[in-house]
Amino acid sequence: MIFQNADVVLKDRLVRADVTVEGGRIAAISPCGERGGADAVDCTGLTIFPGLIDIHVHLRDPGFEKKEDILSGSRAAVKGGFTQICCMPNTTPVTDNKVVVTYIKAKAKEADLCKIHPIGAITEGQKGETLAAIGAMKQAGAVALSEDGKSVRNAKLMANAMLYASDFGLKCLCHCEDPDLSDGGVVHEGYYSTLTGLKGIIRAAEDVIIARELCLAESLSIPVHICHVSTYSGVGLIRAAKERGVKVTAETCPHYITLTDEVIKDFDTNAKVNPPVREERDRLALIEGLRDGTIDCIASDHAPHHRDDKNVEFDLAAFGISGLETSFALCYTELVKKNAFSLPKFAALMSANPAAVLGLEGGEIAVGAAADLTIADLNEKWTVDPAAFVSKGKNTPFAGMEVYGKVKYTVVDGQIKYEEK
Amino acid sequence: MNRKDLLGLLQPSEEEIEEILTLGLEMKRRLRAGEKSFGELKGKSVVTLFYENSTRTRCSFELAAKYLGAHVVNISASSSSVQKGESLVDTGKTLDAMKNDFIVIRHPMGGAPKLLAETVKAHVVNAGDGMNEHPTQALLDFLTMKEHFGKIKGLKVAILGDIRHSRVAKSNLYGLKKLGAEVRMFAPATLMPAGLAAMGARICSSREEAVGGADVVMGLRIQLERQKGGNFPSLGEYARFYGVNEDVMKFAAEGAIVMHPGPVNRGVELTEGLIDGQQSYIEDQVLSGVAVRMAILTLLGRGTQR
Repeated sequence: MIFQNADVVLKDRLVRADVTVEGGRIAAISPCGERGGADAVDCTGLTIFPGLIDIHVHLRDPGFEKKEDILSGSRAAVKGGFTQICCMPNTTPVTDNKVVVTYIKAKAKEADLCKIHPIGAITEGQKGETLAAIGAMKQAGAVALSEDGKSVRNAKLMANAMLYASDFGLKCLCHCEDPDLSDGGVVHEGYYSTLTGLKGIIRAAEDVIIARELCLAESLSIPVHICHVSTYSGVGLIRAAKERGVKVTAETCPHYITLTDEVIKDFDTNAKVNPPVREERDRLALIEGLRDGTIDCIASDHAPHHRDDKNVEFDLAAFGISGLETSFALCYTELVKKNAFSLPKFAALMSANPAAVLGLEGGEIAVGAAADLTIADLNEKWTVDPAAFVSKGKNTPFAGMEVYGKVKYTVVDGQIKYEEK
Repeated sequence: MNRKDLLGLLQPSEEEIEEILTLGLEMKRRLRAGEKSFGELKGKSVVTLFYENSTRTRCSFELAAKYLGAHVVNISASSSSVQKGESLVDTGKTLDAMKNDFIVIRHPMGGAPKLLAETVKAHVVNAGDGMNEHPTQALLDFLTMKEHFGKIKGLKVAILGDIRHSRVAKSNLYGLKKLGAEVRMFAPATLMPAGLAAMGARICSSREEAVGGADVVMGLRIQLERQKGGNFPSLGEYARFYGVNEDVMKFAAEGAIVMHPGPVNRGVELTEGLIDGQQSYIEDQVLSGVAVRMAILTLLGRGTQR
């Protein structure tokens, strides 16, 4: 198969070229030749990115198939341009053993759309008491560990988890939240929490655990990854740690770089997310963190929910945003269009860097690499419409927003797994 | 006023608030004269849907609706399908299907009345939602102030107590700013939320500063659970350093009045002497409550927004 006349995003530059794919691998990146042919896809006006990778996704399967399942989540992934996703362990039963890991891998194979890598829980049942079957999960195919949705409360147990996981080459992905400080809060604490009377969460609720995980990583000399950073102060903590040589990587999410807490002023439960969307100074600091490398990558924290989970009192509504189908366009619009990030830099945040965080193959368009490609029309302006989502979760605060960048094809191992109709 | 619902005082205009107060004053005069049969809501139905315990607010709404001639049904969370797990949206749809004209809702969670209002055709009146708003309490406070002082514009109103958890403080702030009053607030740092200055309040650093020259001194209820939550050491210490007593009241303007939304912790927010003293308008607030709720129900019912 040959993708012709495209703008191809290489590691450090953009080239106009034809990309030839053979046996699931990239066989050639060559100057544009004559157009047409049996296996040719005309990519005139389109841009080819290395296949996007999202290392923080909730597929809800097993246990909450009303919200999402592995097939619907896979469809959402490839529609959003993602060729690889990593799914979080807050399933029922919890992904804390090899049986659930194996189940997810089997259903992913059946769906046969994108590559799905399970993330195992750090502790059994996510209860924070004893370590989960880390070695067995690794053997079954888990690529990382996370307590997802909460922190391991006991710092000693967390230290042990990091040490033990390192024996198996697994990294802990840390949701950072001190539950005594967040104390049942549902939004960022500030002007808008007072305006709505909704209970606020101060930045320190996130920051103190970021600091704890950084201290553990430094003290134990073990790499750690900080999930969905939302505070300017958290960016500062991570930046300072990196400057000292602490082995830390971090992600932020599309909503933290595009929204501020004003979105909750009319009690829109679709904007309820944990950690909460914060203020402009946080938003700007996160973009700066992405620019200077403090924050390594973007992850969607795709958290699909059924309408019944959101059409309730704000306090009762589930946390989370269905993000796979909007992540690429939101980030392209915010980072490249509005903040002048280069396309190779943007591609790194969405592909090479998340791959590097977890040691996954992929993230580069190069001869011999797996033919995972995301092909998009960057000039196409479109309006976010949750009704058009293929994810079961229509919960998005971005409905009606105009964005740039439309995925046209998603190619996984040389096969077109999504083509815009 | 022509609106479907009264969810708070953030949305209504100064004119709408004045309209409520004007009719409220008339209702209050008639109530004082012993009138209890008004007829404005004859043939209409009012449901009070309370997800939180309340004696005075519920009783006040119920009497207001009954004086206006409406059929009244009371539902409380403990006896309703809420405990069986029915969602607020489904409860609203059910009440709507029964052709109710008004739903008065109190709920422990902010925004619940808005969710209900978006679900039902009935008029929704917020009788207090979490830490968000309590518009009818603020309006009854305004009624007492307006009747006593003749106007609200230019009044200095000091609000002291648990501001952080108070829907009353916020509805008062929103309304009083629209009506042209100055609002001062004072609370322990643990009970003062962010952002109130940006909403127009003057945040004070002492009782004396808040009360200094004030025409109205309003205490807010301190709940014992706040002490257990570590917000202050004891009710005794609260009273000593944050409560309003006779010495503090000396800083107030001549002719200042003392108010409290009730129920009062005697000797905590306000001393017994102030609660029972000449300056206290706490009982007057109760009558204002019935009158202003009658005005609200009447004006919503007259409107065409259903």
